Amino acid sequence: MNEKEYKVSKPVSDKIFGIIVVVFLASFVVITLYPVINTIALSFNDGIDAVRGGIYLWPRRFSMKNYKTVFAMQNIWTGAKVTVARTVLATLTSLFANALLAFVVSRKRFLFKSQLSLFWVITMYVNGGMIPIFLLYKNLGLTGTFNVYWVPGMISAFNMLVMRTYMEGIPESLEESAQLDGAGYFTIFKDIISPLCKPVYATVALFIAVWQWNSWFDAMLYNRMKTQYTTLQYELMKLLSSVMQQSGSAENAKNAGANTITPITIRAAVTVATMLPIVCLYPFLQRYFVTGLTIGGVKE
Amino acid sequence: MAREKAVKSKKIPITLKEMKKQSFLMIVSFFMVVYGIIFYYWPLTGWIMAFQNYKPKKGLLGSKFVGLDKFKFLFEDDTFIKVIRNTFAMGVINLVSTTIMAVLFAIILNEVRRNWIKKPIQTISYLPHFLSWIVVTGILHVSLSPTGIVNDVLMRMGVIKQAINFFAHPKYFWWIVAFANCWKETGFNAIIYFAAITGIDPSLYEAASIDGADRLQKIKYITLPGIKPTFLILLLMNVGNVLNAGFEVQYLLGNGLVQSVSQTIDIYVLKWGISQNDYSLGTAAGLFKSVVSIMLIFIANGVAKRYSEERLF
Repeated sequence: MNEKEYKVSKPVSDKIFGIIVVVFLASFVVITLYPVINTIALSFNDGIDAVRGGIYLWPRRFSMKNYKTVFAMQNIWTGAKVTVARTVLATLTSLFANALLAFVVSRKRFLFKSQLSLFWVITMYVNGGMIPIFLLYKNLGLTGTFNVYWVPGMISAFNMLVMRTYMEGIPESLEESAQLDGAGYFTIFKDIISPLCKPVYATVALFIAVWQWNSWFDAMLYNRMKTQYTTLQYELMKLLSSVMQQSGSAENAKNAGANTITPITIRAAVTVATMLPIVCLYPFLQRYFVTGLTIGGVKE
Repeated sequence: MAREKAVKSKKIPITLKEMKKQSFLMIVSFFMVVYGIIFYYWPLTGWIMAFQNYKPKKGLLGSKFVGLDKFKFLFEDDTFIKVIRNTFAMGVINLVSTTIMAVLFAIILNEVRRNWIKKPIQTISYLPHFLSWIVVTGILHVSLSPTGIVNDVLMRMGVIKQAINFFAHPKYFWWIVAFANCWKETGFNAIIYFAAITGIDPSLYEAASIDGADRLQKIKYITLPGIKPTFLILLLMNVGNVLNAGFEVQYLLGNGLVQSVSQTIDIYVLKWGISQNDYSLGTAAGLFKSVVSIMLIFIANGVAKRYSEERLF
């Protein structure tokens, strides 16, 4: 009798649940993708036509004019160059520095292993705050230079810990046999540990690169006056914020005058240009950050 | 012999030979410590400014000490009290909503058996994490504008008669920020939960099926208890960050009309410290934030120690 009840009740509740799953995931995908697709559609639409509204997934009056305007802007090119330069330089230096530190900290025989670990873990929880750090960079002569983008953040305890966890999983016997062959620690780092750490290196490199690519606050805080060191995101922010600050109230927008507002289609084109490289790249890198996060994150 | 070896591998005696062997490690450590002291520990001395009337010309040593005057000013300032409230409220709302969304998403996606559906959805879910806050807030601004899609849909469904300017009313702001955080981070945060679910022993589900449990019961009695340790660890790690979670979104989405609910401690520091050049006041506000954050970590850790196995330290 009981069995009969199960056979009747099980499929019904599971069917309802199945419908909930489908509805949830469908709305999740729509909510995630729609704004992005809409922005792309707007960026290819004629500027005056777009004011009427009603553009959803596809441009109504196709036009390349927005992109032509954007690519004629000198500040966008400067920002793009600086952003690419800082992303490449910081990813390389920061990956190397963090990997080296993680290597040192993960050597079981190292005499100051735990002290050095603690020294860096503390930095994750305690920091001086915005003002003391601002003054430090000023005193070190970092403000108003390109170096402020890659020197201060070179080592981050979080990235180091992710790599340390991974390196600790590598059998110690590999290191010992290399030492018997007369290899020093730098050779072990270069030829034995690093080749095995490629997945976690890829993860951390991706984190650093995305962080660098998306940074705007440092450009605003430290290099506001230096237009030659502006970044892509900061230029986008300046374009967007003139609208955001005003959209709060209609009077404000009127007072400021319409000529200071960049047309919505141009803003969309800049947005698309800034996000395009990442949107194209991340699907190919996802297996790295998924494994990296799972190994480093859960165990940390 | 064997015993000697065991002892040796546990504790390495500090001999000259060992030091020489480890010289590379020592040299690297030395430079790393110097770097750490300059960029992470030296700024801590700047906290002294919070108790001074700091003048850049006179420096840390020459500026006049004023005791707790700056803190007194802060707590007599109504704006700062509101700022604390906003930071806390948004921090808690964000933490709760993003956690719930990530757990929900991971569990529901795990119910999909077909990989050709599951994998693309997962890939799409990571996308917003890689976009900058500038892009996200820009997109959000277009979607929530009076002519945007949200008003469009709501009006067509007959929920509202007139378009709402969401950014002009303080009552919406916290929820817009929460939505923005969920939109950006749900997929990415779910990665760890997804890994935790994958780690659950499949035989538990098989046994439950034989006992006649339906899918909802399996989630309730197997999946949820299975991800509890991960959930608690992440919660612990994030409690200390509650006050840090309030800068970029609020700075980018805020405007004059919603200032009373959008300003957070970090924005206050930026406004007073950098824009008004009152370094001491900015530092005092920042120091207050740091101290509360550290207290939160210790409280969370203490609570976790008492009621469960999980803890940070």
